Amino acid sequence: MKLTVWTYEGPPHVGAMRIATAMKGVHYVLHAPQGDTYADLLFTMIERRNHRPPVTYTTFQARDLGGDTADLFKAAARDAYDRFKPDAMIVGASCTAELIQDDPGGLAKAIGLPIPVLPLDLPSYQKKESWGAAETFYQLVRALAGSSPVPRTPAGRPRCNILGPTALGFRHRDDLIEVKRLLRRLGVDVNVTAPLDATADDLRRLPDADFNVVLYPEIAGVAAGWLERTHGQPTIKTLPIGVGATREFIAEVAALAGVDPALAMDDCGSRSPWWSRSVDSTYLTGKRVFIFGDASHAIAAARVASEELGFEVVGLGAYNREFARDVRAAAERLGLTALITDDYLEVERAIADLQPELVLGTQMERHIAKRLRIPCAVISAPSHVQDFPARFSPQMGFEGANVIFDTWVHPLVMGLEEHLLSMFRDDFEFNDEAGPSHLGHGAAPSAPAPAAAAPAGVTWAHDAQAELNKIPFFVRGKARRNTEAFAAERGIATIQIETLYDARSHFAR
Amino acid sequence: MFCGLTGIVWLHRKIQDAFFLVVGSRTCAHLIQSAAGVMVFAEPRFATAIMEERDLAGLADANDELDRVVDELLARRPDIRMLFLVGSCPSEVIKLDLSRAAQRLSKKHAPALRVINYSGSGIETTFTQGEDACLAALVPEAPSNPAGAPASLLVVGTLPDIVEDQFRRLLGEIGIPKVDFFPPRRSGDIPAIGPGTRFLLAQPFLGDTTLKLEDRGAVRIPALFPFGAEGTTAWLTAAAEAWNIDPAHVQRVVAPGQERARRALERHRETLAGKTLFLFPDSQLEPCLARFLSRELGMKLIEVGTPYLNKDLLSRELEALPDDVLISEGQDVDRQLDRCRAARPDMVVCGLGLANPLEAEGLTTKWSIELVFSPVHGFDQAADLAGLFARPLRRQTMLKV
Ligand code: SF4
Repeated sequence: MKLTVWTYEGPPHVGAMRIATAMKGVHYVLHAPQGDTYADLLFTMIERRNHRPPVTYTTFQARDLGGDTADLFKAAARDAYDRFKPDAMIVGASCTAELIQDDPGGLAKAIGLPIPVLPLDLPSYQKKESWGAAETFYQLVRALAGSSPVPRTPAGRPRCNILGPTALGFRHRDDLIEVKRLLRRLGVDVNVTAPLDATADDLRRLPDADFNVVLYPEIAGVAAGWLERTHGQPTIKTLPIGVGATREFIAEVAALAGVDPALAMDDCGSRSPWWSRSVDSTYLTGKRVFIFGDASHAIAAARVASEELGFEVVGLGAYNREFARDVRAAAERLGLTALITDDYLEVERAIADLQPELVLGTQMERHIAKRLRIPCAVISAPSHVQDFPARFSPQMGFEGANVIFDTWVHPLVMGLEEHLLSMFRDDFEFNDEAGPSHLGHGAAPSAPAPAAAAPAGVTWAHDAQAELNKIPFFVRGKARRNTEAFAAERGIATIQIETLYDARSHFAR
Repeated sequence: MFCGLTGIVWLHRKIQDAFFLVVGSRTCAHLIQSAAGVMVFAEPRFATAIMEERDLAGLADANDELDRVVDELLARRPDIRMLFLVGSCPSEVIKLDLSRAAQRLSKKHAPALRVINYSGSGIETTFTQGEDACLAALVPEAPSNPAGAPASLLVVGTLPDIVEDQFRRLLGEIGIPKVDFFPPRRSGDIPAIGPGTRFLLAQPFLGDTTLKLEDRGAVRIPALFPFGAEGTTAWLTAAAEAWNIDPAHVQRVVAPGQERARRALERHRETLAGKTLFLFPDSQLEPCLARFLSRELGMKLIEVGTPYLNKDLLSRELEALPDDVLISEGQDVDRQLDRCRAARPDMVVCGLGLANPLEAEGLTTKWSIELVFSPVHGFDQAADLAGLFARPLRRQTMLKV
């Protein structure tokens, strides 16, 4: 058993729902109790979808157990077919149904529906949401695309598939638009995009492309690997997040497709490099950022933060163990040890210890950062309703890099304001406790920051504490921690003003 | 429709030194977090002990594991005085005996901590039934009324503190000598229960709790539920009658509240009167809401769905409903959707999963979870309750996009 306060990922059947909901004409019959229908709201409320997810729940109850839960399943599958007339069906069990072992796959086969029916085996007590999504997508691709060669469209322009965008994905809708634009400029045609808005027939046509562009390895990595092995379609693996990665993505696609990369390279809409070089951004230099999310977004964010914004990455981690190796490697390149955990409390501790100036994370980290009074921007699922904005806001491509520049810089105190705050610390109106002035009072965190406990035996003299309070809040936590560590190391029991400045010069080296 | 685990979201706020530990799966953890609107509470007093493969394969002894998790929890939250072990579908299906675990843990951590168990599983409970199961499990913890103790009134069902305070004032002015609320705000303050106890339900979904209270000799006072001016008056009057208090005096006490409620409802009546209403089953509050909306606001009822209809507890509510109304018990969402689409009501009350899809079809909805998350009982909240329904309709007329 594992004590869990908040979870980064839902159960694997929620991953399967994300695939079914993204596609058209695919229905999911889920052997599950009534209560599991809560998952519908993830799509209808958080993502504001205007249709119910195409999921039929069998809603068995305690009194059905040991009796006719299997019949219930068959009836539900038959009714779902009659009512929704899908082109393909996936069937499976939620955590509870897994325990009663009704074999939804076998039952569905027995009723002999005239459409492809795919049994999903998603072990709820071992795996999680992203794995469930990847497995579901892979099973659908394998079953529908088949392994025999398909007749190819006569050679013409290069063609690719775009794999990965799905329901409840962080900015998938807008990334897709941006990536399609890049491909169009390169003269590469898109054969199929999947799973988002794809039909069963679209999946059958997948082999009719030269290569696959995988936007979200967590969702489409497994399916792309199979297509590569079975149909000889190479995979574009670079994720075009950030200017540098977008250029590499263009180069990689161009090389594979045999086209001129220059066609898409000089995007005059790419403003973030100049925004970053302009003098106003000097104050961003060396800002200490903590990054946590799904592996792909976290790794990409670390690169953008260090290479394109001039931040210092002080922590990097991910919650999905499936991609831990990549995160570890990325962290090592930055001289860090990756934090691989799905324990929210552990992430909170890491952030409290590191006292970064900016947190780039999921909505969980947004919450942690709010409590610790640290600015934050969301870079990855799990996300909340405000992470599905009405406006166009991709993360990928040149426009994505512009969006990233804006959203990461916005929560910070601006350059000159930062100076003024340090110069006139006691100004009763221009009070640093209020947070960045352009964010208004709403930005002032409500909960007091939990003071990290001082090492045993170290206390603050009254005037040293007063001096510490003159340090702007966004670096105060770090100053406090450093000074306490400095004092503890030297056996100083009471921190005086002198100790504070000694520590400062010590850590400035 | 959610399962009974959802009740934890409001119960853990009510009993301020209690912690709710769900013994379940990742799904259960995900449900509570999604129902709670994700991360709204800084430090929630609930968590899930997620069962893993090794727990199921018998590689780990479930009881040892549970002890370990509880120790971990108490180390983090030493201020907790009452721990609820909450059963889920998986724990019920594998027949994990949480009542024995609760006894064992109670002994181990006595007297600092009491451990109680109930099930909020989706194979036995829906949504608000979780509160019923929780309160039913809490009844045996109440001390006994000494024989011959003077009669006292117990108000049963989770109410927001502000509403509780209003009712306490009103019942005091009416002249009821001793009034207690259940559940209490602190686990150490569970009121004594016994043959002298007369109780009023504040929520209609408390069937099991009622049986448990009756087992202890407590006697229920039948009444309308305290929604709207009419319901609140009837509810308070029923209590006064049980104490043989002069009706003229009661009328004097409730008159100002009644008057305030009526005045405040006027505005919403303009918006709601004559509008047709379809309620999907969700919280078991539906019959009471339908009565309030039809009798005090003039809405026309098309269908009143409820996940479960306790005809005994709701007898007065059912009498107060128009004769021709269709009351449907249980859930068959596709058929209900068919009927709803055919009727094209002016307002649909439904769960979060259906609201946006129905709005996209041009229907106006009120999602029902708000009804259990906001103060809606009593005179001074009557207009707020009406406002929850009026606002979506007013919004429709305002929007020009
Ligand atoms: S319905 Fe059952 S399995 Fe699903 S969340 Fe509720 S208790 Fe857990």
